[in-house]
Amino acid sequence: MQFVSALPIYLQIIQDIKQRIVSGEWQPKMRVPPVRELSVSLGVNPNTAQRALAELEREGLLRTERTSGRFITDDEELIGRVRGEMAEAYADEFLLRMSKIGFRQGETLKFLKQNNERGETK
Amino acid sequence: MSEMVAIKGLNQKYDKRPVLSDVNISVMPGSITGLLGPNGCGKTTLIKIIAGLIKDYTGDVKIMGLNPGVETKAVISYLPEKTYLKDWHRAKDAFDMFSDFYKDFDKAKAKELISRLQIEPNARIVSMSKGMQEKLQLALIMSRSAKLYLLDEPLGGIDPATRTMILDMILQNYTEDASLLISTHLIHDVERIFDHVVMMGFGQIIINEPLDAIRVKYGKSLEDIFREVFKC
Repeated sequence: MQFVSALPIYLQIIQDIKQRIVSGEWQPKMRVPPVRELSVSLGVNPNTAQRALAELEREGLLRTERTSGRFITDDEELIGRVRGEMAEAYADEFLLRMSKIGFRQGETLKFLKQNNERGETK
Repeated sequence: MSEMVAIKGLNQKYDKRPVLSDVNISVMPGSITGLLGPNGCGKTTLIKIIAGLIKDYTGDVKIMGLNPGVETKAVISYLPEKTYLKDWHRAKDAFDMFSDFYKDFDKAKAKELISRLQIEPNARIVSMSKGMQEKLQLALIMSRSAKLYLLDEPLGGIDPATRTMILDMILQNYTEDASLLISTHLIHDVERIFDHVVMMGFGQIIINEPLDAIRVKYGKSLEDIFREVFKC
Protein backbone atom coordinates (compact mmCIF):
# COMPACT_ATOMS: atom_id res chain seq x y z
CA MET A 1 0.00 0.00 0.00
CA GLN A 2 1.22 3.50 -0.79
CA PHE A 3 0.82 6.10 1.90
CA VAL A 4 0.69 9.86 1.54
CA SER A 5 3.16 11.47 3.83
CA ALA A 6 1.23 14.15 5.64
CA LEU A 7 -1.71 12.10 6.95
CA PRO A 8 -1.52 9.73 9.92
CA ILE A 9 -0.89 6.23 8.60
CA TYR A 10 -3.64 4.65 10.71
CA LEU A 11 -6.26 6.89 9.09
CA GLN A 12 -5.05 5.79 5.67
CA ILE A 13 -5.33 2.15 6.69
CA ILE A 14 -8.88 2.77 7.96
CA GLN A 15 -9.78 4.27 4.58
CA ASP A 16 -8.25 1.33 2.75
CA ILE A 17 -10.09 -1.26 4.82
CA LYS A 18 -13.39 0.60 4.55
CA GLN A 19 -12.96 0.56 0.81
CA ARG A 20 -12.43 -3.19 0.86
CA ILE A 21 -15.57 -3.66 2.95
CA VAL A 22 -17.94 -1.40 1.05
CA SER A 23 -16.75 -2.69 -2.32
CA GLY A 24 -17.44 -6.26 -1.21
CA GLU A 25 -13.84 -7.36 -1.56
CA TRP A 26 -14.14 -8.20 2.12
CA GLN A 27 -17.58 -9.77 2.62
CA PRO A 28 -19.76 -9.43 5.74
CA LYS A 29 -18.86 -12.00 8.44
CA MET A 30 -15.50 -12.61 6.79
CA ARG A 31 -12.55 -13.10 9.14
CA VAL A 32 -10.07 -10.21 9.14
CA PRO A 33 -6.39 -11.21 8.90
CA PRO A 34 -4.59 -11.08 12.28
CA VAL A 35 -2.83 -7.80 13.14
CA ARG A 36 0.59 -9.26 12.50
CA GLU A 37 -0.31 -10.52 9.03
CA LEU A 38 -2.05 -7.28 8.14
CA SER A 39 0.91 -5.23 9.33
CA VAL A 40 3.31 -7.22 7.15
CA SER A 41 1.06 -7.09 4.11
CA LEU A 42 0.58 -3.33 4.48
CA GLY A 43 4.23 -2.86 5.44
CA VAL A 44 3.43 -0.90 8.58
CA ASN A 45 4.11 -1.09 12.29
CA PRO A 46 1.85 -3.64 14.05
CA ASN A 47 0.76 -1.02 16.60
CA THR A 48 -0.37 1.24 13.77
CA ALA A 49 -2.39 -1.59 12.17
CA GLN A 50 -3.83 -2.44 15.58
CA ARG A 51 -4.93 1.16 16.10
CA ALA A 52 -6.73 1.19 12.74
CA LEU A 53 -8.55 -2.06 13.55
CA ALA A 54 -9.55 -0.79 16.99
CA GLU A 55 -11.02 2.34 15.43
CA LEU A 56 -12.97 0.31 12.84
CA GLU A 57 -14.27 -1.80 15.70
CA ARG A 58 -15.39 1.31 17.54
CA GLU A 59 -17.29 2.38 14.43
CA GLY A 60 -18.97 -1.04 14.35
CA LEU A 61 -17.55 -2.24 11.05
CA LEU A 62 -15.51 -4.95 12.74
CA ARG A 63 -16.20 -7.00 15.83
CA THR A 64 -13.98 -9.21 17.92
CA GLU A 65 -14.95 -12.67 19.02
CA ARG A 66 -13.01 -13.52 22.08
CA THR A 67 -11.49 -16.76 20.89
CA SER A 68 -11.66 -16.74 17.15
CA GLY A 69 -10.48 -13.30 16.04
CA ARG A 70 -11.91 -10.28 14.25
CA PHE A 71 -14.72 -10.34 11.75
CA ILE A 72 -16.44 -7.96 9.34
CA THR A 73 -19.85 -6.90 10.66
CA ASP A 74 -22.98 -8.58 9.29
CA ASP A 75 -24.82 -5.26 9.62
CA GLU A 76 -25.34 -4.59 5.91
CA GLU A 77 -27.29 -1.45 6.66
CA LEU A 78 -24.22 0.01 8.39
CA ILE A 79 -21.98 -1.02 5.48
CA GLY A 80 -24.43 0.69 3.10
CA ARG A 81 -24.36 3.82 5.22
CA VAL A 82 -20.55 3.94 5.25
CA ARG A 83 -20.54 3.39 1.48
CA GLY A 84 -22.90 6.35 1.11
CA GLU A 85 -20.71 8.56 3.31
CA MET A 86 -17.61 7.69 1.32
CA ALA A 87 -19.39 8.39 -1.98
CA GLU A 88 -20.57 11.72 -0.61
CA ALA A 89 -17.07 12.71 0.46
CA TYR A 90 -15.64 11.83 -2.96
CA ALA A 91 -18.45 13.71 -4.70
CA ASP A 92 -17.88 16.81 -2.55
CA GLU A 93 -14.20 16.73 -3.32
CA PHE A 94 -14.85 16.31 -7.04
CA LEU A 95 -17.37 19.16 -7.14
CA LEU A 96 -15.00 21.40 -5.24
CA ARG A 97 -12.18 20.71 -7.67
CA MET A 98 -14.44 21.31 -10.65
CA SER A 99 -15.64 24.61 -9.21
CA LYS A 100 -12.01 25.62 -8.71
CA ILE A 101 -11.39 25.24 -12.42
CA GLY A 102 -14.50 27.28 -13.18
CA PHE A 103 -17.21 24.66 -13.75
CA ARG A 104 -20.69 25.59 -12.58
CA GLN A 105 -22.87 22.78 -11.14
CA GLY A 106 -24.96 22.31 -14.32
CA GLU A 107 -21.88 22.36 -16.48
CA THR A 108 -20.21 19.73 -14.32
CA LEU A 109 -23.24 17.44 -14.60
CA LYS A 110 -23.31 17.82 -18.37
CA PHE A 111 -19.60 17.07 -18.51
CA LEU A 112 -20.02 13.96 -16.37
CA LYS A 113 -22.83 12.70 -18.59
CA GLN A 114 -20.84 13.24 -21.78
CA ASN A 115 -17.79 11.64 -20.23
CA ASN A 116 -19.85 8.66 -19.16
CA GLU A 117 -21.28 8.22 -22.69
CA ARG A 118 -17.79 8.40 -24.16
CA GLY A 119 -16.75 5.71 -21.71
CA GLU A 120 -19.64 3.47 -22.76
CA THR A 121 -18.90 3.69 -26.49
CA LYS A 122 -15.24 2.86 -25.95
CA MET B 1 3.74 -2.02 30.89
CA SER B 2 7.26 -1.43 32.12
CA GLU B 3 9.79 0.16 29.84
CA MET B 4 12.25 -1.80 27.72
CA VAL B 5 14.70 1.09 27.82
CA ALA B 6 14.52 3.98 30.29
CA ILE B 7 17.09 6.76 30.03
CA LYS B 8 17.17 9.70 32.40
CA GLY B 9 19.52 12.65 32.45
CA LEU B 10 22.10 11.01 30.19
CA ASN B 11 25.26 12.99 29.44
CA GLN B 12 28.29 11.96 27.44
CA LYS B 13 31.40 13.89 26.50
CA TYR B 14 34.22 13.09 24.10
CA ASP B 15 37.29 14.83 25.52
CA LYS B 16 35.55 17.95 26.77
CA ARG B 17 33.04 18.24 23.93
CA PRO B 18 29.50 17.30 25.00
CA VAL B 19 27.87 14.76 22.64
CA LEU B 20 24.74 14.01 24.62
CA SER B 21 23.27 16.57 27.01
CA ASP B 22 20.52 15.60 29.41
CA VAL B 23 18.90 12.99 27.16
CA ASN B 24 15.66 11.44 28.44
CA ILE B 25 13.89 8.74 26.44
CA SER B 26 12.02 5.54 26.98
CA VAL B 27 11.30 2.66 24.61
CA MET B 28 8.22 0.53 25.25
CA PRO B 29 8.06 -3.24 24.63
CA GLY B 30 6.57 -4.11 21.24
CA SER B 31 7.42 -0.77 19.66
CA ILE B 32 9.62 0.25 16.75
CA THR B 33 11.31 3.57 17.44
CA GLY B 34 13.01 5.60 14.74
CA LEU B 35 16.09 7.49 15.85
CA LEU B 36 16.66 10.40 13.50
CA GLY B 37 19.08 13.28 13.37
CA PRO B 38 21.86 14.84 11.32
CA ASN B 39 25.39 13.47 11.20
CA GLY B 40 27.27 13.82 14.44
CA CYS B 41 24.20 14.45 16.58
CA GLY B 42 24.93 11.59 18.95
CA LYS B 43 22.75 8.76 17.55
CA THR B 44 25.53 6.20 17.39
CA THR B 45 26.83 7.23 20.82
CA LEU B 46 23.34 6.76 22.31
CA ILE B 47 23.01 3.33 20.69
CA LYS B 48 26.45 2.26 21.88
CA ILE B 49 25.61 3.30 25.44
CA ILE B 50 22.42 1.21 25.34
CA ALA B 51 24.40 -1.67 23.82
CA GLY B 52 26.80 -1.48 26.76
CA LEU B 53 29.85 -0.49 24.70
CA ILE B 54 30.38 2.96 26.17
CA LYS B 55 30.56 3.05 29.93
CA ASP B 56 31.89 6.46 30.96
CA TYR B 57 28.54 8.27 30.65
CA THR B 58 26.74 10.01 33.46
CA GLY B 59 23.02 9.63 34.12
CA ASP B 60 20.68 6.70 34.46
CA VAL B 61 20.37 4.03 31.74
CA LYS B 62 18.19 0.98 32.37
CA ILE B 63 17.41 -1.90 30.05
CA MET B 64 14.57 -4.00 31.46
CA GLY B 65 15.43 -2.43 34.78
CA LEU B 66 19.14 -3.30 34.61
CA ASN B 67 22.25 -1.22 33.99
CA PRO B 68 23.96 -2.05 30.67
CA GLY B 69 26.21 -5.05 31.25
CA VAL B 70 26.60 -8.76 30.65
CA GLU B 71 22.95 -9.55 31.36
CA THR B 72 21.60 -6.86 29.07
CA LYS B 73 24.02 -7.75 26.27
CA ALA B 74 22.52 -11.24 26.23
CA VAL B 75 19.08 -9.85 25.34
CA ILE B 76 20.23 -7.13 22.94
CA SER B 77 20.83 -7.80 19.26
CA TYR B 78 23.02 -4.98 17.98
CA LEU B 79 23.82 -4.10 14.40
CA PRO B 80 26.81 -1.76 14.48
CA GLU B 81 27.50 0.92 11.93
CA LYS B 82 30.71 -0.80 10.91
CA THR B 83 31.04 -4.49 10.19
CA TYR B 84 32.78 -6.89 12.54
CA LEU B 85 32.88 -9.69 9.99
CA LYS B 86 36.35 -10.54 8.73
CA ASP B 87 37.24 -10.58 5.04
CA TRP B 88 38.12 -14.26 5.06
CA HIS B 89 34.86 -15.31 6.77
CA ARG B 90 32.23 -17.13 4.80
CA ALA B 91 28.54 -16.56 5.53
CA LYS B 92 28.36 -19.97 7.17
CA ASP B 93 31.35 -19.14 9.43
CA ALA B 94 29.42 -16.17 10.67
CA PHE B 95 26.53 -18.52 11.54
CA ASP B 96 28.88 -20.67 13.63
CA MET B 97 30.28 -17.59 15.33
CA PHE B 98 26.78 -16.37 16.23
CA SER B 99 25.81 -19.85 17.45
CA ASP B 100 28.78 -19.80 19.79
CA PHE B 101 28.15 -16.30 21.06
CA TYR B 102 24.39 -16.20 21.44
CA LYS B 103 22.06 -18.78 22.94
CA ASP B 104 19.09 -17.19 21.21
CA PHE B 105 20.54 -17.48 17.69
CA ASP B 106 18.39 -19.52 15.31
CA LYS B 107 20.67 -20.94 12.64
CA ALA B 108 17.86 -22.41 10.55
CA LYS B 109 16.20 -19.01 10.41
CA ALA B 110 19.45 -17.32 9.41
CA LYS B 111 19.89 -19.81 6.56
CA GLU B 112 16.38 -19.16 5.36
CA LEU B 113 16.84 -15.39 5.49
CA ILE B 114 20.09 -15.36 3.56
CA SER B 115 18.64 -17.58 0.88
CA ARG B 116 15.77 -15.09 0.56
CA LEU B 117 18.38 -12.35 0.25
CA GLN B 118 20.21 -14.43 -2.35
CA ILE B 119 23.45 -14.75 -0.45
CA GLU B 120 25.49 -17.87 -1.10
CA PRO B 121 26.46 -19.52 2.25
CA ASN B 122 29.93 -20.38 0.95
CA ALA B 123 30.75 -16.92 -0.37
CA ARG B 124 33.56 -15.11 1.39
CA ILE B 125 32.92 -11.68 2.92
CA VAL B 126 35.70 -10.19 0.80
CA SER B 127 33.85 -11.17 -2.37
CA MET B 128 30.62 -9.49 -1.27
CA SER B 129 29.54 -5.95 -2.13
CA LYS B 130 28.94 -3.51 0.71
CA GLY B 131 25.19 -3.98 0.35
CA MET B 132 25.51 -7.76 0.45
CA GLN B 133 27.61 -7.59 3.63
CA GLU B 134 24.99 -5.38 5.21
CA LYS B 135 22.25 -7.80 4.23
CA LEU B 136 24.17 -10.70 5.73
CA GLN B 137 24.71 -8.83 8.99
CA LEU B 138 21.09 -7.84 9.21
CA ALA B 139 20.03 -11.46 8.62
CA LEU B 140 22.33 -12.52 11.48
CA ILE B 141 20.98 -9.87 13.81
CA MET B 142 17.34 -10.62 13.03
CA SER B 143 17.88 -14.36 13.53
CA ARG B 144 18.33 -13.87 17.25
CA SER B 145 15.21 -13.88 19.37
CA ALA B 146 16.34 -10.90 21.39
CA LYS B 147 14.30 -8.50 23.51
CA LEU B 148 15.83 -5.39 22.06
CA TYR B 149 17.22 -4.85 18.57
CA LEU B 150 19.51 -1.88 18.03
CA LEU B 151 20.02 -1.19 14.33
CA ASP B 152 22.47 1.58 13.55
CA GLU B 153 21.92 2.72 9.96
CA PRO B 154 20.84 -0.70 8.68
CA LEU B 155 20.00 0.30 5.10
CA GLY B 156 22.72 2.69 4.03
CA GLY B 157 24.33 0.58 1.32
CA ILE B 158 21.19 -1.22 0.21
CA ASP B 159 19.29 -0.53 -3.01
CA PRO B 160 15.66 0.70 -2.84
CA ALA B 161 14.07 -2.58 -4.01
CA THR B 162 15.95 -4.60 -1.42
CA ARG B 163 15.17 -1.99 1.26
CA THR B 164 11.47 -2.76 0.95
CA MET B 165 12.20 -6.46 1.30
CA ILE B 166 14.40 -5.89 4.34
CA LEU B 167 11.83 -3.70 6.07
CA ASP B 168 9.28 -6.48 5.54
CA MET B 169 11.81 -8.94 6.89
CA ILE B 170 12.18 -6.82 10.01
CA LEU B 171 8.40 -6.61 10.48
CA GLN B 172 8.07 -10.38 10.10
CA ASN B 173 10.94 -11.34 12.35
CA TYR B 174 10.80 -9.38 15.54
CA THR B 175 8.86 -11.04 18.31
CA GLU B 176 5.81 -9.26 19.55
CA ASP B 177 7.10 -8.16 22.94
CA ALA B 178 10.51 -7.14 21.59
CA SER B 179 11.48 -3.55 20.75
CA LEU B 180 13.48 -2.06 17.94
CA LEU B 181 15.49 1.12 17.91
CA ILE B 182 16.55 2.02 14.37
CA SER B 183 18.74 4.96 13.42
CA THR B 184 18.46 6.08 9.83
CA HIS B 185 18.77 8.89 7.34
CA LEU B 186 16.40 7.16 4.91
CA ILE B 187 13.38 8.61 6.64
CA HIS B 188 11.02 8.44 3.71
CA ASP B 189 11.62 4.72 3.13
CA VAL B 190 11.56 3.62 6.71
CA GLU B 191 9.02 5.77 8.52
CA ARG B 192 6.08 3.47 7.76
CA ILE B 193 7.43 0.83 10.14
CA PHE B 194 7.91 3.23 13.07
CA ASP B 195 5.33 3.79 15.73
CA HIS B 196 7.48 6.20 17.71
CA VAL B 197 10.04 8.76 16.61
CA VAL B 198 12.92 10.34 18.47
CA MET B 199 14.57 13.21 16.61
CA MET B 200 17.93 14.34 17.93
CA GLY B 201 19.98 17.39 17.16
CA PHE B 202 23.12 18.78 18.70
CA GLY B 203 23.14 16.23 21.50
CA GLN B 204 19.57 16.90 22.56
CA ILE B 205 16.14 15.41 21.95
CA ILE B 206 14.05 17.66 19.72
CA ILE B 207 11.02 15.47 19.04
CA ASN B 208 9.95 12.43 21.03
CA GLU B 209 6.43 11.39 20.04
CA PRO B 210 4.30 8.72 18.33
CA LEU B 211 4.65 8.98 14.55
CA ASP B 212 0.96 9.53 13.84
CA ALA B 213 0.78 12.23 16.51
CA ILE B 214 3.64 14.02 14.74
CA ARG B 215 1.82 13.80 11.42
CA VAL B 216 -1.33 15.27 12.97
CA LYS B 217 0.56 18.03 14.78
CA TYR B 218 2.70 19.20 11.87
CA GLY B 219 0.53 18.08 8.91
CA LYS B 220 3.59 17.10 6.95
CA SER B 221 5.93 14.21 6.45
CA LEU B 222 8.72 13.38 8.84
CA GLU B 223 11.24 14.10 6.13
CA ASP B 224 9.84 17.61 5.60
CA ILE B 225 9.93 18.25 9.33
CA PHE B 226 13.52 17.04 9.42
CA ARG B 227 14.52 19.37 6.59
CA GLU B 228 12.88 22.28 8.37
CA VAL B 229 14.43 21.62 11.76
CA PHE B 230 17.92 21.07 10.41
CA LYS B 231 17.94 23.61 7.59
CA CYS B 232 21.53 24.48 6.74
